[in-house]
Amino acid sequence: MKTQLAQILAALAAGLVFGFGLSLSGMLDPARVQGFLDIFGEWDPSLAFVLGGAVAVAMGGFFVMRHMGRPLFDRTFHVPTNKRIDPPLIIGSAIFGAGWGLVGFCPGPAVASLSLGLIQSVLFVVFMLAGMMLHDRYLARRAS
Amino acid sequence: MNPYISSLGGGLLIGLSAAMLLLLNGRMAGISGIVGRLAQGIGIVTNAAFVIGLMLGPVLFLGLFGQWPTVTIIAPWPLIIGAGLLVGFGSRMGSGCTSGHGVLGLARLSPRSVAAVATFLATGVAAVTILKGIGG
Repeated sequence: MKTQLAQILAALAAGLVFGFGLSLSGMLDPARVQGFLDIFGEWDPSLAFVLGGAVAVAMGGFFVMRHMGRPLFDRTFHVPTNKRIDPPLIIGSAIFGAGWGLVGFCPGPAVASLSLGLIQSVLFVVFMLAGMMLHDRYLARRAS
Repeated sequence: MNPYISSLGGGLLIGLSAAMLLLLNGRMAGISGIVGRLAQGIGIVTNAAFVIGLMLGPVLFLGLFGQWPTVTIIAPWPLIIGAGLLVGFGSRMGSGCTSGHGVLGLARLSPRSVAAVATFLATGVAAVTILKGIGG
């Protein structure tokens, strides 16, 4: 029970840091994201620093992980083990990237931006959830 | 603030969040995974706590800087609907998005994530290039 409360608070804190980081970084702004992807037009490379900074710190996290037997509030680390580069990975990523470029929203910024109360964010997230459920409930179930 | 410095600062915080969730709960801070599992009813309480925190992030920004972070959406609503479907479906089919593959996958040098990031960057660039071509 105590561990579960610790897990909930840790998730809440991590979510807050993530959402604040997105807000500070400029990733929350679809126009900036589209500018970053517009390499053949008026390219705005600043968002590459978001990925660079995030990857560097996360690497530190994985380094510490390798020296810990288990996470603080759980018995084991839940890290993906699949190593196969298969068609669903590539096709899914291609579909995701197309949607990302068309509007400039990926899941994190879209969900975080809900607190601003913009109708476009709400619309995007509703259909993003529909797309997720379409995959998870029908396609993934049939395949497995 | 200089956009490069705020982008770097925000990126460092995103990495910190990923490290926190990994070392405290042993979980990956991949947003499409967290939101997708929440929608499936898996690990509801902790995943919901993360999502609530995520939405409070811009509120904290408002509290500290006295203004909301900039969010400019120029796409018309049919495009928003179509892109939402593509992002949701594609991120679940490809087992991750910008956070899961982009941040965590690259940080642990996963070949799957390198392939995923190269793919979604390529189609993202293509989508923006085609869109700008049609629009202007």
